[in-house]
Amino acid sequence: MKRAALALVFGLAVISASAPVPVNDALILGDTLPAKLSDFHLLMGRQGETPNARVTPYSLNTPLFSDYAEKFRYAYVPAGKSIGWRAEGVLDFPIGSVLVKSFGYPADFRKPNENIRILETRLLIRRAAGWIALPYVWNADGSDADLRRAGTRIDISWTQTDGSSKAISYAVPNVNQCKDCHGLDGVMTPIGPKARNLSNSLFTAGLVKGAPKSFVHIPAWDDAASGTVNARARAYLDVNCGHCHNGRGAASNSGLYLTWESLAGPNLGIGKRPVAAGHGAGDLAFDVNPGHPEKSIMIYRLASIEPGTAMPELGRATAHKEGIALLSQWIQAMPMKEKE
Amino acid sequence: MKPIAIIFAASLSLASPALADVIKVEPGANAQERVQTALLDAKAGDTVELAAGRYDLTDGLSLDVPNVTVKGAGRDATILSFKAQKGAGEGLLITSNDVILRDFAVEDTRGDGIKSKGVQRIVFVDLRVEWTGAPSPKNGAYGIYPVASTDVLIDRVLVKGAADAGIYVGQSKNIIVRNSVARGNVAGIEIENSFNADVYSNLSVHNTGGILIFDLPNLPQQGGHSIRVFSNRVEQNDQANFAAEGATVAQVPVGTGVMVMANHDVHVFANALGENATANVFVVAYKQPFTDTKYNPFPKDIVVRNNMHGRAGWQPGFKGGKELATAMGGTIAPVFWDGVGGPEAGIHVDDKVPVLTLGLATPLTPVSEGKIGLIDLSQSVVPAMPAPVVLPAAMEAAVR
Repeated sequence: MKRAALALVFGLAVISASAPVPVNDALILGDTLPAKLSDFHLLMGRQGETPNARVTPYSLNTPLFSDYAEKFRYAYVPAGKSIGWRAEGVLDFPIGSVLVKSFGYPADFRKPNENIRILETRLLIRRAAGWIALPYVWNADGSDADLRRAGTRIDISWTQTDGSSKAISYAVPNVNQCKDCHGLDGVMTPIGPKARNLSNSLFTAGLVKGAPKSFVHIPAWDDAASGTVNARARAYLDVNCGHCHNGRGAASNSGLYLTWESLAGPNLGIGKRPVAAGHGAGDLAFDVNPGHPEKSIMIYRLASIEPGTAMPELGRATAHKEGIALLSQWIQAMPMKEKE
Repeated sequence: MKPIAIIFAASLSLASPALADVIKVEPGANAQERVQTALLDAKAGDTVELAAGRYDLTDGLSLDVPNVTVKGAGRDATILSFKAQKGAGEGLLITSNDVILRDFAVEDTRGDGIKSKGVQRIVFVDLRVEWTGAPSPKNGAYGIYPVASTDVLIDRVLVKGAADAGIYVGQSKNIIVRNSVARGNVAGIEIENSFNADVYSNLSVHNTGGILIFDLPNLPQQGGHSIRVFSNRVEQNDQANFAAEGATVAQVPVGTGVMVMANHDVHVFANALGENATANVFVVAYKQPFTDTKYNPFPKDIVVRNNMHGRAGWQPGFKGGKELATAMGGTIAPVFWDGVGGPEAGIHVDDKVPVLTLGLATPLTPVSEGKIGLIDLSQSVVPAMPAPVVLPAAMEAAVR
């Protein structure tokens, strides 16, 4: 009795100080499109900087480039459930899981951990009927984020590592655009959390059932110690391009397949002529012209920020200089026949 | 059994109109979010109605809900302007089945105009897609762009200024393109790597090339075939080629009427062709080196018959064309064949005009080694005509 009464008193006190309310499983499993991110109780604090219990941070060896945004990723798996192991493709997240990704920019990239403004948080929710994507945009004071299914644009600026300033119109995708990248055969699916590209956190947290003790990882694109130029370039292409450029993705009709598994040849762009590229082809004849990054459409399109030419088509108001440098190095070193 | 079935049918027919909603959108501030929200909110059976006026859009729009009609107040009244577009590869993207697009215009997209990818039963009717400025390689590639789609109806559309093809159907099946106008594009109408298409009663004018039937290697669907091009007017295709140099259509010579590259069972008949400086009809093999073992670069079983020919061939735009015209007395024949494949290619031409062959042994044989001359292709066995394309009745009903 006494204990219960105490708990009641403490409970009230703690609630008034924003105590951890458990993640709202009913909302996750329901069929509504909640208007506020806070309704889920996945993230807490200003700009959602604190994950709730069972909301586990993770990172990727090679992440998708999104206009230099910093990303904070979390996976939520309901109590009593676990993630099924898959050696290939995305791990098998149980119904009721949520993948959470917040996007933001530090005011100054020379101090990347300070003054971060979170712009949006995207949820990928596994309901009984399948995955759905919901983009939430943070309000000005960072107290909550609103559902913006139709996407929006946010003007953002930051100081770059060289001290110069950069300003872009940051695009929050609409939910159909989420599916452009997250669609396989037209069905929504996660992209990032493939075993081979995951940091250890989900494994050490014991969330993945049946995982082998060790398995092959793709390298970190920006860490020369983690793989050869070829391996890192292929990792970069897999993560940044392969979600559309595969036989079941949004760019299946291109015949240009840039996943980790693609074999070297025309399907990887080597000696492949453009089909429906329009001005994306520039004055160049081949997607990848071995030995000639400057004559490769792949590099041309990655370097462009012109809609219709820029690749990837979404989330690209800036060119990723460092990624382009890696792929240029890869193409430069390429003999006439590239060995995968 | 019988009464139950009747009641069931009756309840269905009563239920469906009651369930269908009309979602109305007006032009004005924040058009991007409002139009896109309507496209997201639409349920199967609904119509998204775009009131007359100009919608200034900043990003691509997309529809992923099946059985939705997107309807404007007329292709000169409801204008989706993408002049200020900041992102996405096209203006409007359709990824769901049974969609009808009608009575609106899409202008000045940075990439393609209206694209459908991987859908079934899509109708484009009474639409306009236009790049309003001067011809420029910076214009978008394709105006109307169904790809990897099955059952495609394009009817009464107008496309102007595309830097690749005004109407482009790629890797699709069961296609009708009719009653449409393609003006001032690089290619007017292009059917590429597609199966079973009827292209008829169109006007393709002032493009670089009028109507192109192409097949290209290294694609998921190739071996284009069974295409009928008839009763079209393909004339005055005099637009200087403004495609990006790397694009396949950058190779199309100015003044090409109907061009057939690779593909089999293509019938070109009863068209009015004229004032095309290179040729009225141009039948060729794919001329680039390739390693794709599944690809066939040769045209096969091509019929050209009963077409009306106006002037053609006075300034052939392909390499060596000028010399050829001079050698032939100023103009080359209105019907042109590269000769690849010889008699086995099954090229049958029965028009009242001469046919020129380059007599090339292979696609890569230089013209200087060809056996150039006029050829009579009217006596060969006529390959069978592909069956007419029949689309589901509901699609035809939608455009009536």
